[in-house]
Amino acid sequence: MYNWLIAPFSNNEFMRNALVAGILVSVLCAVAGTFVVLRGLAFIGDALAHGVLPGVAGALLLGAPGMLGAAVGSAVMIVGVSFVTNRSGLSSDTAIGLLFVGMLALGVIMVSRTDSFNGDIVRILFGEILGIRAANILVLAIAVVVISACVALLYRPFLLLCFDPEQADVSGFSSRRYHAIMLVMVAATVVVSFQAVGTLLVFGMLIAPASAGALLARRIWAMIAWAIGIGATSVYVGLLLSYHYDTSAGATVVFVTVCAFFVVLVAQVAGRSVARGLRGPVSASPVGAT
Amino acid sequence: MSAAPLSATTLTVGYGTDPVVEGISLTLQPGESLALVGTNGSGKSTLLKTILGLIPPLAGSLEVLGGKPGTRPKRIAYLGQAHTARFVVPIRAIEVVRMGRFAALGLFGRTADRDRQLVHDAMAHMEVTHLADEPLRSLSGGQQQRVYLAQVMAREADLLVLDEPTGGLDVAGRERYRELVEMALARGASVVTATHDIGEASGCNQVMLLNRRIIAQGAPEDVLNTSMLLQTFGITLQGIQHDDHHDFVIGEMPHGHDHGHDHSH
Repeated sequence: MYNWLIAPFSNNEFMRNALVAGILVSVLCAVAGTFVVLRGLAFIGDALAHGVLPGVAGALLLGAPGMLGAAVGSAVMIVGVSFVTNRSGLSSDTAIGLLFVGMLALGVIMVSRTDSFNGDIVRILFGEILGIRAANILVLAIAVVVISACVALLYRPFLLLCFDPEQADVSGFSSRRYHAIMLVMVAATVVVSFQAVGTLLVFGMLIAPASAGALLARRIWAMIAWAIGIGATSVYVGLLLSYHYDTSAGATVVFVTVCAFFVVLVAQVAGRSVARGLRGPVSASPVGAT
Repeated sequence: MSAAPLSATTLTVGYGTDPVVEGISLTLQPGESLALVGTNGSGKSTLLKTILGLIPPLAGSLEVLGGKPGTRPKRIAYLGQAHTARFVVPIRAIEVVRMGRFAALGLFGRTADRDRQLVHDAMAHMEVTHLADEPLRSLSGGQQQRVYLAQVMAREADLLVLDEPTGGLDVAGRERYRELVEMALARGASVVTATHDIGEASGCNQVMLLNRRIIAQGAPEDVLNTSMLLQTFGITLQGIQHDDHHDFVIGEMPHGHDHGHDHSH
C-alpha cells in the first residue's frame, strides 16, 4: 500500500513538485472557478483558457516568458470581447465565440510556421506538471494569496453580482466594474495555472471542482472549500494513476476531476431516490377510503 | 429631507432610442406612496429601472433623493422581479437579508450590532426567522418573496422601489407586506410600487395607470374607475368598496339586469 500511495512522491522530486503545484492550482481554480460557475462565466473561462495560445506562442517566438505572453493573450481576449459586445450589439456569447476561434486559429498558425514548436505546443496545450520548478510553485503560491485576498475583500460585490447584477448596481457596486474585475481574476488564474495543466485542461480545473462544490454546499465559502478538497484530491489521485499507468499527468488529473463531479452528481441523484423510497409512495386515496 | 424624494418633469423612459412612456411628470413627497398600474409591457418596470438609475432617461428631468438616479445607493431599496441566478447560488435566507445592509456598509464596513438587529427585526416582521438557515433554493416562491421583502426592510431606505411585491404571497404574507409599507411611510420613507393588483394600488396616495402611455394619474379615487381601467387593461373591472380598501372584480356587477352604463363605486 505504501509503495502504491506514498512512495511515488517520497522517492521522486518531480512528483512532489507536481503534487504541490497541483494542489496550489486546485486552490486557485476553486476560488476563481466558484465565481465562474455562479456567475455563468464558463464560456468566457473556456475562451480565455484557449485564447492565451497565440500569446504564449508569440512569447516563445520572441524568447519572452510564456506567462507574459499568456497575460497579453488573455488581455486581448477580454478587451476584444468587450469591444465586440459594446460596439456590435451582438450577444456576449457571439463575441466570445468569435474571439475564441480567432485566437485559437492565430495560435495554431503561429505554431505551424515553426517546426521547432511541435514539442512546445503539446506543452502549452496539455501542460507539463512533472516539469514544474520551484519558481513556478512560488508564482502559484503568490497567486493563491492574491486571488484569495481579492475574493475576501470583494466578497460583497461579488456575491451581489452572482445573485442579482441589478441589485449590485442599486447597492452602489457597479456590476460592470466588478464583472471586469472578476474576468481579470479568472484570466490571472488561467495565466499562472497553464504551465501546470496546460491551456486546454485548466478550464476543467476551473469548473469541475466548483460545479461539484455547488451541488454539495449551502454557502459560498463551503462551495469553495468543497472545490478545493475535490480538486486537491483529484490532483493526488490523478498523479498516482498517471505514475502507475504511465499516462499523461495533466490530462489524468483533469479527467479524475471531471469524474469526481459525476460521482457527486450520481451519488446525489441516488441519495434522493433512496430518500423518496424510504418515505414511501404518496397515496392518491384518502385515508380510510375503500 | 428637504427635496422631494422623487421628482420628474416631462420624463421619457425607454430602452436605447426607443421610448416606452413619454411625458411623465410627478412629485412624491416623504411619507407618500405611488402605485404604477398596468399590463405586462406597459412601462412600469422601465420607469422603475429609470428611477433606480439602471437605465438612463431618454428625455426630460428626473431627480431621485435630491440627486441624479443611481447616486444615492445607501438611501434606496429595490425589490426586482427576475432573479435568474438565484437558484445557482448556494445561499441561506439570512444571507439574502444581510445583503440589504451591503449598501450601507460599503466594501469594507464592519457589520455592527445595529445591522444585525435590523436583519433580525426584518426577518421577524416577515415571519421568516425560522427559515434563516435554510438554503434559499429550498424555499417556496412565497417564502422567497418574504425573504426578499425582509431584505428591503433591512435596508431602512428613504425610497422603496418595489416591482410586483405581492407576487406569490399568501394572505398573511400580504398583510405583513402591507404593514411593512405602513411602517416605512410612517418613518417618512416614500414607496413606489409597480403592480397588477388594483386593490393594492387603491391604498396608495397616488396612482399612475400605464399602457405605454399615461392613461391617468392622481388620487386612487379619481383614477381607479371603470373607464380608466378599461383603457389600461382592455377589460371591464368593477370596484367594491370595503371599510379600508377596494376590491376589484372582472366584468359587470351581478345586478341581474343591464343598464348599459358604468357601475363606479
